[in-house]
Amino acid sequence: MPSSDQTITTIIATLGEFLSSDQLLTSEEELRPYECDGLSAYKRVPLAVTLPNTIEEVQKIMRICSARNIPVVARGAGTGLSGGALPDENGIILGLSRFNQILEIDEENQLARVQPGVRNLAISQAAAPYELFYAPDPSSQIACSIGGNVAENSGGVHSLKYGLTVHNVHAITIITSDGDLVTMGSAALDRAGYDLLGLMTGSEGMLGIIVEIVVRLLPKPKETVVLLAAFNSNSEAASAVAAIIGAGIIPAGLEMMDKLSIQAAEDFAHAGYPTDAEAILLCELDGSSIQVVEEKDRVTELFKSHNATSVQTATTAEEQARLWAGRKSAFPAVGRISPDYYCMDGTIPRMELPAVLDKISDLSTIYDLRVANVFHAGDGNLHPLILYDANNPGEFDRAEEFGSEILKTCVDAGGTITGEHGVGSEKIDQMCYQFSDDELEFFHAIKDAFDPKGYLNPGKAVPTLHRCAELGQMHVHNGELPHPDIPRF
Amino acid sequence: METHLSPEHKDTSDGKLAESILRKCVHCGFCNATCPTYQLLGDENDGPRGRIYLMKQMLEGNDVEEKTLLHLDRCLTCRSCETTCPSGVEYSKLLEVGRKVAEEKIQRPTQQLRLRKILRKTLPNSERFKMLVKSGQLFKPFLPKSLKKKIPERSTPSAWPTSQHTRKMLILDGCVQPAIRPQTNSAAANVLDKLGVSVIKADKAGCCGAVSLHLSAEEEALAAMKRNIDAWWPEIEAGAEAIIMTASGCGVTVKEYAHHLRDDVEYAEKAQRVSDLTKDIAEILLAEEDISSATTPKTLAWHPPCTLQHGQKITGVVEALLTKAGHTLVPVQDQHLCCGSAGTYSILQTDISQQLQVNKLKHLTANKPEMIVTANIGCQTHLQEDADIPVIHWIELFTD
Ligand SMILES: Cc1cc2nc3c(=O)[nH]c(=O)nc-3n(C[C@H](O)[C@H](O)[C@H](O)COP(=O)(O)OP(=O)(O)OC[C@H]3O[C@@H](n4cnc5c(N)ncnc54)[C@H](O)[C@@H]3O)c2cc1C
Ligand code: SF4
Ligand code: SF4
Repeated sequence: MPSSDQTITTIIATLGEFLSSDQLLTSEEELRPYECDGLSAYKRVPLAVTLPNTIEEVQKIMRICSARNIPVVARGAGTGLSGGALPDENGIILGLSRFNQILEIDEENQLARVQPGVRNLAISQAAAPYELFYAPDPSSQIACSIGGNVAENSGGVHSLKYGLTVHNVHAITIITSDGDLVTMGSAALDRAGYDLLGLMTGSEGMLGIIVEIVVRLLPKPKETVVLLAAFNSNSEAASAVAAIIGAGIIPAGLEMMDKLSIQAAEDFAHAGYPTDAEAILLCELDGSSIQVVEEKDRVTELFKSHNATSVQTATTAEEQARLWAGRKSAFPAVGRISPDYYCMDGTIPRMELPAVLDKISDLSTIYDLRVANVFHAGDGNLHPLILYDANNPGEFDRAEEFGSEILKTCVDAGGTITGEHGVGSEKIDQMCYQFSDDELEFFHAIKDAFDPKGYLNPGKAVPTLHRCAELGQMHVHNGELPHPDIPRF
Repeated sequence: METHLSPEHKDTSDGKLAESILRKCVHCGFCNATCPTYQLLGDENDGPRGRIYLMKQMLEGNDVEEKTLLHLDRCLTCRSCETTCPSGVEYSKLLEVGRKVAEEKIQRPTQQLRLRKILRKTLPNSERFKMLVKSGQLFKPFLPKSLKKKIPERSTPSAWPTSQHTRKMLILDGCVQPAIRPQTNSAAANVLDKLGVSVIKADKAGCCGAVSLHLSAEEEALAAMKRNIDAWWPEIEAGAEAIIMTASGCGVTVKEYAHHLRDDVEYAEKAQRVSDLTKDIAEILLAEEDISSATTPKTLAWHPPCTLQHGQKITGVVEALLTKAGHTLVPVQDQHLCCGSAGTYSILQTDISQQLQVNKLKHLTANKPEMIVTANIGCQTHLQEDADIPVIHWIELFTD
């Protein structure tokens, strides 16, 4: 509900009592840069942006907004790709970028205690002198914040072997919707009670504000090699992926890139990718020396039996870093060949890869929009980038429709509508397609338990039952929605 | 990124350039990660992605007030964001247009205007600047500590070589360097003399134009560029092989003369030739075979200026030369970050500049080097203000 001018003035004055002019932005020109996150097609200007320095300031902000029911949207680095940090016009942005300190590296227990605004990559860099690293490495790891990673349950190249964020977080401290400080989880492996930490991971800023995180660090593997295999077709590369996993090998990372993404990434990173290949696979193997040598031979053989046109091995850390740098910069590098892209994030069972890639290619012809594929193949987590030109009227709408078709294809193939980028504002309608009424009701009940007023990141991630009904994707019994008493947000 | 430039800017040469750059930005935010001001201030408006957004708003005809100017002023023009950007966004070219438009639309307070004018009038004028430095040195004992730090120690350069070789190269003396550290260029001349190259200064050449450019005085900058081109042209026609830069801040600017004068019928072609001939002293030495080893190898911390690593994209070259000569380089954390000097920035944005300098010195001295070497006079004097060890241009190590 829109706030009156008077409420806004009061709120801003109250916030201004303890926030400096560099911490409280209210002018239109300074608010615009916050109108979107990594998904820049979705825009909304917030009422104000707050940049607190301390936990106490966060608590104060939360209490003030809760009392007046002013929506609060948390923002980490704003690299999200599903509009999770998209502002509410009647609310404020709570920016956590100033919480950028690594509080402790506990070498003995292999843990790091960090503030939420710390960049993902900075954790591994700080742990490197102890021969440790933080495993989940989104391609955006140079920039994205660990708080955002927890809120999105992000994954990365190494999640195939080492798990998503949820598998690598030990404890978090949150500020609840009432402004209280609560710690969830502990260093112990098994905990009594409900798994609140698990629930918070992936909650997209809707259940509480994460202000401290304890993550698990892993010892650097003794040996690592990265293989680069080139193929003449997407489907040959995709079959090779299924074959590797089918053979019981779990690579540390197994990624696929198609021609367009290879060319764009090579142009920036000079990684040495074969730009004439239709597709490449990057496969990282790590572990003991014996294991790595053995797996390397088997994977190389599998590549060859799936018609790889070349297989290169990178053994030095520099060569490997170069190969990954290309992959990790591939999304934005696509900006070199198209003014805009719309990144999809479905998952599918690995055996379905060839068929789904073919389907996407057919859809590309139908919608008359190019697609660049670069994704976590080993996980079956697709990232088709639909290339479009936002300056051409109607082109984004077409891209969205195309994207929606891709997600439906994923669900029909037995997969899901999001692997790691979250639902946010973007995939809210597809939630109706994936989840049953009963499941959605549970989501609402959980939201209600954590945030009864519904002021934390309203309107994201979980569609209202009403919205699904309108989309015709929910059953309406006797002309009435189930549980009409559940709040609609 | 979607853009809808306002009619006022849509069809101008600057507007078209800005739009083509804006369109390349895909709003991924990678650049924020390596931006010194974003790291310090944590505000999207103080990172490249936000500044790009501010400029986009302005060029699309939205109202802008002093905040836009404030955040653009806080940019160091270090171009770290350009090195990071996978999409190839030419941020600094956009910023030049953005700053120009912002200056037109937003009135600066008189005090700011005055300081900026003084800087523009003294720094690029080497004679005036020399006089200031000299009188500063004379009165140094009587000055307060904060000002004392800004006055460099008196220094005597080695003699300019007298032998005449058939191979000739021009060198830019620039504006501030002859006053503060004349030995840098004489060192370069002596090293090249040994390699059989005569190094010549063109008397009429002066400031490269960077100072005016950074203070958004475009006409003044273009005039400086043309004056230099005219000063060098006879030697270029007579076969000078290169125009050597010993200050990477000037180097990056002269290498972009072609860009700045692209629409100038009279000078475009000459500017292109000048830009093509311009080389940092490191690039020159890299091409020469016989470089002598150091008689007394040293333990050094290398500070690559932003104008060298991000502006000219020269990385690893000085490091290789120094190591080859027998010196040891200590590891330095966050080498990609700016030291806070950034031309006139250290005078106009003291707080941020100071903080960056403190951080930089901490990292440079962490592993106990004997001295710090760099490649730009601005960084050199800025770091020397608070460093306990000498800070010099690396070329001076090649003369012993
Ligand atoms: C080029 C590119 C590549 C990417 N690659 C990957 C990839 O490989 N894998 C992957 O999983 N993702 C990837 N992403 C998506 C994105 O980087 C991740 O979702 C990341 O975790 C977002 O972090 P952030 O700090 O930018 O969060 P933001 O975008 O700022 O916020 C994301 C969500 O988290 C909430 N939030 C943020 N901080 C907090 C907090 N402290 N407390 C509570 N809620 C909070 C916000 O409200 C929002 O809902 C990529 C993005 C880009 C642009
Ligand atoms: S890295 Fe490049 S594409 Fe990404 S936001 Fe920055 S300028 Fe734009
Ligand atoms: S030039 Fe430097 S200070 Fe300016 S936006 Fe880019 S990285 Fe930041």
